[in-house]
Amino acid sequence: MEKNNQKSNKSTTSPGASGGFGRKRGHGGMGGLKGPVEKPKNFKATMAALIKYLKPFRISIIIVLVFAVISTGFTIIGPKILGNVTNNIVAGYLNHMIDYGAILKLIELLIGLYLLSALFSYIQGWIMSGVSQKVTFNLRRDISLKINRLPLSYFDNRTHGEVLSRVTNDVDTVSQTLNQSLIQIVTAITSIIGILIMMLTISWQMTLVAIIILPISLGLINLVVGKSQKYFSKQQVSLGKINGHIEEMFSGHTIMKAFNGEKKSIATFHAINNELYDGAWKSHFFSGLLMPIMTFIGNLGYVAVAVLGGWLAINGKIKIGDIQAFIQYMNQFTQPITQTANIANVLQSTAAAAERVFEFLAEKNEITETAFPVLLPNIKGAVEFDNVVFGYSPDKTIIHGFTTSVKPGQRVAIVGPTGAGKTTIVNLLMRFYDVNSGAIKIDGIDIRDMKRADLRALFSMVLQDTWLFTGTIEDNIAYGKSKASHEEVVAASKAAHSDHFIRALPGSYNMKLNEETDNISQGEKQLLTIARAMLANAPMLILDEATSSVDTRTELLIQKAMEKLMKGRTSFVIAHRLSTIKNSDLILVMRDGNIVEQGNHKQLLSQNGFYTSLYNSQFAKI
Amino acid sequence: MTKLLKYFKPYIWPLVFLTILTFGQTMANLALPDYMANIVNQGIVGGDSGVIYHFGLIMLLITFAGGLATIGVGYLASKIGTGFSRKIRDALFTKIESFSLVEFNKFSTASLITRSTNDIQQIQRVLIMLLRLALMAPFMGIIAIAKAYSLAPSMSWIMAVSITALVVIIAVIFKIAMPKFKKLQKLVDKLNLVTREMLTGLRVIRSFNKEKYEENKFKEANQELTSVNLFVNRLMVILQPAMMLILNLTVITIVWLGAGQIDAGTLQIGNMLAFMQYAMQAIFAFLMISIIFIMIPRASVSATRIAEVLESETTIKDPKHPIKPKNLGGRIEFKDVAFSYTGSEEPVLQHLSFVAMPGQTTAIVGSTGSGKSTVVNLIPRFYDVTAGQILVDGVDVRAMSQKELRSRIGYISQKAILFSGTIRENIKYGMPNADDKDVMQAAEIAQALEFIEELEEKFESHIAQAGANISGGQKQRLAIARALAKNPEIFIFDDSFSALDFKTDAALRKALQTRIKGKTVLIVAQRISTIMHAEKIVVLDAGKIVGKGTHSELLRNCTVYREIASSQLSEQELANARA
Repeated sequence: MEKNNQKSNKSTTSPGASGGFGRKRGHGGMGGLKGPVEKPKNFKATMAALIKYLKPFRISIIIVLVFAVISTGFTIIGPKILGNVTNNIVAGYLNHMIDYGAILKLIELLIGLYLLSALFSYIQGWIMSGVSQKVTFNLRRDISLKINRLPLSYFDNRTHGEVLSRVTNDVDTVSQTLNQSLIQIVTAITSIIGILIMMLTISWQMTLVAIIILPISLGLINLVVGKSQKYFSKQQVSLGKINGHIEEMFSGHTIMKAFNGEKKSIATFHAINNELYDGAWKSHFFSGLLMPIMTFIGNLGYVAVAVLGGWLAINGKIKIGDIQAFIQYMNQFTQPITQTANIANVLQSTAAAAERVFEFLAEKNEITETAFPVLLPNIKGAVEFDNVVFGYSPDKTIIHGFTTSVKPGQRVAIVGPTGAGKTTIVNLLMRFYDVNSGAIKIDGIDIRDMKRADLRALFSMVLQDTWLFTGTIEDNIAYGKSKASHEEVVAASKAAHSDHFIRALPGSYNMKLNEETDNISQGEKQLLTIARAMLANAPMLILDEATSSVDTRTELLIQKAMEKLMKGRTSFVIAHRLSTIKNSDLILVMRDGNIVEQGNHKQLLSQNGFYTSLYNSQFAKI
Repeated sequence: MTKLLKYFKPYIWPLVFLTILTFGQTMANLALPDYMANIVNQGIVGGDSGVIYHFGLIMLLITFAGGLATIGVGYLASKIGTGFSRKIRDALFTKIESFSLVEFNKFSTASLITRSTNDIQQIQRVLIMLLRLALMAPFMGIIAIAKAYSLAPSMSWIMAVSITALVVIIAVIFKIAMPKFKKLQKLVDKLNLVTREMLTGLRVIRSFNKEKYEENKFKEANQELTSVNLFVNRLMVILQPAMMLILNLTVITIVWLGAGQIDAGTLQIGNMLAFMQYAMQAIFAFLMISIIFIMIPRASVSATRIAEVLESETTIKDPKHPIKPKNLGGRIEFKDVAFSYTGSEEPVLQHLSFVAMPGQTTAIVGSTGSGKSTVVNLIPRFYDVTAGQILVDGVDVRAMSQKELRSRIGYISQKAILFSGTIRENIKYGMPNADDKDVMQAAEIAQALEFIEELEEKFESHIAQAGANISGGQKQRLAIARALAKNPEIFIFDDSFSALDFKTDAALRKALQTRIKGKTVLIVAQRISTIMHAEKIVVLDAGKIVGKGTHSELLRNCTVYREIASSQLSEQELANARA
C-alpha cells in the first residue's frame, strides 16, 4: 500500500491538446509534426477488437461511408463540368455566339452538385461524430467498470498515471482516429481514384505526367518524414531531459540552494538546452519541409500540365476548359496523397493506443465470488488465521503458515519497522488479496465463502492514507452509509471529536473539500475518516495509528476518538503508540513481510527477541 | 507578448532575410498564373507553340526559385523560433534559480515548472508557425488581390464577398466554440479527477462497498464530457464543407460573369483562368490569417506568464561588500527575530531570541503551525527576517554572501530530496571534491552503507528522479549522508528523523555523536524521544518562545511542553524522565 500513496502524475495526463485546435490533424496540410510511430504488438487482433466496438453502429457507419463517397464524387465531377462551361465559352467566343442557355444549365447543375456535396459531407461528419463519441463513451465506461473489478495486485504493481493515461490519452487517440481518419481514408482513396478517372477522360498523356509525379512525391514525403522522425525523437529525448531537470531543480530548490548548487544546475541546464535546440530546429525544419515540397511538386505538375496542355490544345487534342479542369484536379491531387502517406502511421498509433486499452480491459478480474455465499446473521467478531500462507508473488512466500485466533472484542496490534509489511494483514482480512493456502475465518466461516461485499461490510477501516473525495464534508462522512441523516452525521462527528472543528470551517458541514483535499489539515482529515468509520458502524475495525505531521493537540483528539471507536469491536491496529501496544490482547510482530513473533506485551518482552529490541530502541539515548 | 520582443534582438538580420525570402516565395507562387494566362492567350489561342515552351521554361525556373525560397523560409523560421525559445528558456531558468522561497511561494513550484516547460513550448510552436505563415499570408493576400484586380477589376467584388463569407463563418463558429473548448478542458479535468480518486481510493471504495456509487459518478462525468465533445465536433465539421462550398461557388461565379465579359470582348480567356487562381490564393491567404488570429491569443497568455517571471526580482540578494566571519565555529544567535509572509496579517514568528552553541544540540519543538520549520529556514536565508537579526559567528547572515553562509550549513529537510544521478554523486552534491573515503564514511554514519552495499552497483547505483526507486527511509539516510559529507560547522535537521523507524533512528543518532562533536546542531522534531536528550530545547507556540531549557526542566515548568510530551510518552517514561 505504501507505494500506492504517491499522487499520480496529474500534470502529464492533462490532455491539453485534445480539447482545442489540435483536432484538425490532417486537414490544412500544413505538414505538422509527426513523431515516431508507436507500433502495436498485434495489429490485426486489436483492429478486430475495435471493430467489435463499432459493430452496434454498423448501419450508421455504412451510411457515413456511402455519404463520404457520394460527397467526394460530386466534388470530383465539378471541375470537369466547369471545364465544359469554359469550353462552351471559348467555342462561343471563337464563333462570336455564346450559348448562355447551355452554360446556365451546366452552372445550375454545378451549384446543385456542390450544395449536395456540402450537405452530404456535413451529414456524414455529423453522424460520425455521434458514433465516435458514443464509442469513446463506451470505452471509458468499460474502463471505469474494469477498475472496480480488477484485483488490487494489479494496481499495486503500477502507477496511477499508467491507468489514468488509458482513460485519457489512449481513448482520445482512438476517438480522434474514429472521428477523422476513418472518413479520411475513405475520402482520400475515393478522391485519388475519382481524380485519376476524371483525368483520364480529359487526356491520357497529361494523366501520365500526373502519375509520374505520384511516386516522386511519395518518395520525397517518406524521405522527409523519416528524417524529421529521427530528429523528432531526438528532440523528445532532450525535452524529457530538460523537463526532468526543471522539475527536479524547482522541487528541490531549497536543497539546491543550501548546497550551493546554482552554478552546477545552470550549467547542466545550459547543456541540455543546447542539445534540445539542436534537435528542435532540425525536427521543425524537416517536418516543415513537407509543405514546401508538396507545393513544389504541385507547381511542377502545374507547369507540366500548362506546357503539355498548351501543346495538346494547339494540336486540337484538348480544349482550354480541359486544361483548366486538369489544373484543378492537380491541385486536389496532392492532399489525399499526403493523407494516404500518413494513414498507415495514424492507424498504427491508433492500434497501439487501442491495444493498451484492450489489454487493460482483458486483464484478469478478481476471483469470482462463491456461487453459494454464506449469509451472515449477527457476527460476533471472532477471527481465526488457520495456517495462512501468503506471498504477493506466488514464487515468494512471505507469510509461512501463520495461525492464531482472536476472540470477539479483542484488540490486535500489528507492529514492526517501516516496510515490514504491516498492511499485508489488512490486505488479507479485507480480501484485497487471497491467501495462497490455509484460511481466514470469521465466526468459523471461511471468508472466501462470503460475498466480498458482505465481508467488507463487517469492517470499518481508518487508514493512514486518509482518502477523502472532492465533495462536502457531510458527503464524505456519510460515505459508508448512504441515506444517513444529518443528525446521524453530526452524532458521528461528535463521537469522533470532529464536530467542533467542522463547525469552525467556512460552510461547516457543507464545506467543499478541494481537488487536492488540502484545504483542511492532515489531522482534520484523519478525524473525518474516523467519523466516517463511526457512522459506518461495522462490527470490526482496521486501524492505522500513524499520525505523522499532525500537531499534538489534534493527535490527542485522534487518539481519544480511536479509543472510542475500538470499544467493543474486534480491532486490528497498525500500532505506533506504546500505550496501544501494551493494552493489546495480541501483538503481531512483523519483519520482512513475515510475522516473526506473537503474544502480548509481557510474553514478547520475556522472549527477548525482535520485539524487545524494537521496544528498547524506541527510547534509546541520543 | 511585446515584453519578450527584446529577445529577438540577435535575430534582426535573419528576420530581415526571412522577410525577403517570404516575399520571394510568395511572388514566385503568384507569378505562375500570369504565365499560364500568357500560355493560353498567346500560345493556345494564338496557336504559337514556341511561346508555350518559352513561358513553360520560365515557369519551371520560377517554381525552382520559389521552392528554394520556401525551404529557406522554413530553415530560418525553425532556427529563429527554436533559438528564440532557447534564449528565453535559459533566461527563465537562470532567473528562477536565483529566486528565494518568497518568489517560489508567490508563483508556486508547479506553476514555475509549467511556465518553463509548457509555456515556452507553446510559444515556440506558435512562433515558428507565425514566422512561416504570418508574413506570407498578408503578402499573398494583398498581391493576389492586386493581381486579380488588374486582370479583371469589375469582378473583384466576388473576392470581397467570398472572403467576407469565409471570415464570418470562421468567426461565428469559433465564437460559439471558444467557451465550449474551455468547458471541455474543465470536463476532461473532472473526468481525470474522478478517475484519479477511484484509483487512489481503491481500498476505501472497496471496503465501503461503494463501487456502484463511484461508477455512477464516473458515468456522469463521462456523459457530460461526451455531450460537450459531441456539440463541439458537430460544430467543427461545418468548417470543411462550408469552406469547400465557398471556394466552389466563387469559381462558378467567376466563370459565369467571365463568360459575359469574354463575350463582350473586355476579358481574355487566359486572364479569366488566372483570375480564378488568384482568387483561390487570396481566399487561402485569408484562411491562414484567420487561423493566426485564433492562435495568437493562446501564445500571448503564455508569453505574459513568462514575462511575469522574468520581471520579478528576487528579494534575497547578496550584499555589495560581503563580510566573512573571522572565526569559524558555528555559533548561531537569534536576536529578537520576527517573520511574517508578505501579505499575511499574522506574523509567523515574533520576538525570537536564543543562542545555539557549537558542541551543543539545540532542539526546537512545538505543534504544527507553531513556526518550527520557519526558524530553521531563516538561517540559510531561504527567507529573510522581517525584524531583528540572525548572527552566525557574530555576523548578520544578510551581510555575508549566500554562498559563504550556506557552505557552513548542512541542511537536512523534512522531506528528503535527492537528485537523479548515482548515489555517489548525490552524497558528493555539496562537496564535489570529497574523496571515496569521505563518501563511504558519510554513508556509514548515516546508516546508509548497509543498503548501499546490498545494491548491485553499490555507490554507482542510479537514483531515479526524486529518488523514486528507493524507499523514504533510504532517501532520508542518503540526504543525511550528503550533509555529513559536506562537513559543515552547522547541522540543521528539519524533522529529518520521522521517516526512519525507531531502530534506525536510534542507531543513526548514536553514530552521529562522533561526527557532530564540536558542531552546532539544530534539530526540529515531532517526536519527543528524538530530542529529549538535547542540551537545549526551545519550545514554540504560535510563533513565540514559551519555554527554553532541558527536558526535565521543561517538564516541570512548561505547560505546552508537558502536553506534547504526555501525548507521546507513557506515564512511566514521564516519571522516569522527571526522576
